[in-house]
Amino acid sequence: MAKVLMKGNEAFAESCLRAGCRFFSGYPITPQTEILEYMSWRMEQVGGQFIQTESELAGVNMLFGAACCGARALTTSAGPGFSLKQEGISYLCGNDIPAVIADVMRIGSGLGDIFQGQGDYWQLTRGGGHGDYRTIVLAPSSVQENADLAYLAFDLAEKYRHPVLIGSDAAIGQMVEPVELPEMREHDINTYDWAIRPRKAGEDQKVIWNTYYTIGADAYMDYLKEKYATIEANEQRWENVQTDDAEIVLVAYGISSRVCKAAVKKARAQGIKLGLIRPITLWPYPQKAFDALGDQVKGFLVVEMSILGQMCDDVVLACGNKHPVESYGEFANVPSEDVILERVQEMLKKY
Amino acid sequence: MKLSVPNGINMDAHVGWCPGCGHGIVARLVAEAARDLGIEENIIMVEDVACGEFAQNVLKFNTIGAAHGRPIITAAGAKRTRPDAIVIAHPGDGSAYSIGMESTIHCALRNENILALVVNNSVFGMTGGQMSPTSLPNMKTTSSPKGRDVEKNGHPFDVTKTLSSFDIAYLARGSVDSPAQVIKTGKMIKKALQKQMNGEGFCLVEVLSPCPTNWNKQPADALEFMKEQQEAFYPLGEFVDKGGEA
Repeated sequence: MAKVLMKGNEAFAESCLRAGCRFFSGYPITPQTEILEYMSWRMEQVGGQFIQTESELAGVNMLFGAACCGARALTTSAGPGFSLKQEGISYLCGNDIPAVIADVMRIGSGLGDIFQGQGDYWQLTRGGGHGDYRTIVLAPSSVQENADLAYLAFDLAEKYRHPVLIGSDAAIGQMVEPVELPEMREHDINTYDWAIRPRKAGEDQKVIWNTYYTIGADAYMDYLKEKYATIEANEQRWENVQTDDAEIVLVAYGISSRVCKAAVKKARAQGIKLGLIRPITLWPYPQKAFDALGDQVKGFLVVEMSILGQMCDDVVLACGNKHPVESYGEFANVPSEDVILERVQEMLKKY
Repeated sequence: MKLSVPNGINMDAHVGWCPGCGHGIVARLVAEAARDLGIEENIIMVEDVACGEFAQNVLKFNTIGAAHGRPIITAAGAKRTRPDAIVIAHPGDGSAYSIGMESTIHCALRNENILALVVNNSVFGMTGGQMSPTSLPNMKTTSSPKGRDVEKNGHPFDVTKTLSSFDIAYLARGSVDSPAQVIKTGKMIKKALQKQMNGEGFCLVEVLSPCPTNWNKQPADALEFMKEQQEAFYPLGEFVDKGGEA
């Protein structure tokens, strides 16, 4: 299929529809709103349901009803609105229900601002709601990947009966790039036995509620550990850029990783052995990428748009604390190639 | 006299409802209405997390356990995905009129084709009898120990005054205080489900129901309280009946 020029948010929305998503419930918030606007006219064309709900809470709880009935369902938000989605995400996890939820990240706590940011990393990867849960988190770094990961997200969600979060940001959502869209697929809402539906005569009652009620507290402990271990073993995704001989390895995702790729190129031209690990899954974290690194590595520089360096903990854990991990965090500005190179040169002197 | 139990009732279930509670009667009315309309296989119940939730043990219908305050909006999502199902949201008064109020209003505004079956016992029952939006003036609860002070806590909420101006299919209030009222309430539930089958839109049936435990009364006295006070404040009857087309 030929490439078309599309805005990141719109490519995401179109790709969700092509993955068979036929239910969207959401609420306007910048910088996510183009997804809602796109769905408002396009969903009808493919025979699905679009509902602009009264709030994000209503959006995620309406999605919960649709997803329990077997629909490929989507809700999207950003920053303050994504906080309101947490109740529903916890319920999706507690009840083992697949769904896709996107957070088009903006900066700051509270109102913050509408610029691109990566400050929701902890909320995305640690579970912003109550209880023992994690979610699969996909982090696109281009319009193409926004479309590709949206397409993948629904399959992953159903494979594990689990919500999948997409953590993009204002830059990825708003930028226009060429994108090759995937093929249109239809999803049969009766594909899975667990989905709630009118039943045939004589069929047993189906109840979707907390999985722990169904299998008991003891069995639930084993069930949950195994579920998360399976996802961790199977679903780590990442991209390596010149890590084979890298002495300093940048670690960055999403929009920050694009600056890092340019920095690697610049450094290599100067003879500096710099590489990049770009996590595509923020959870499960790509442990395997770190395990595969050689002994020449001297340290890691984590580059992200978060003041407190939210991803650093995961890098410390992933490298087994064997190497120094430094943080370069930005807030309202995109990270700078020059600052990255200065920091790398300092690190090479130190370590 | 021939007694029969609707297929929708699970006679082997153990249920946690207190003696004198009205929830069991409401559950039976749902089962009878489903039997009479021939839709027992088509029903999807969407439960809240409070006392009404025990209905999923006694009713053999397919069920979704929603978050507290969200049965109505979750039911709307289910119905839009499964238009061939008959979807019943089953919240209490705390769920529908307090934490879930925004979706009660907006699902009515969108005329979502579901039944919101709201069981109103004028307290938060499951958590031990706190004041709810429908607790009566001067009613003592564990969070209004001196009685509901309307100056401090505001006036109780009467859904029929708010939703009666909305373009919805059906709005009614019944009670389970006596056999006569139980029969009338059963007819309201059946009518609402028929309307959903016709595709007429949003139906809300509120059922006044006793909570002897949290009202600190004997079951018989709780029924008297309903007749003398709860129903004086919350009149029974049909408030919207659009009679849309099949």
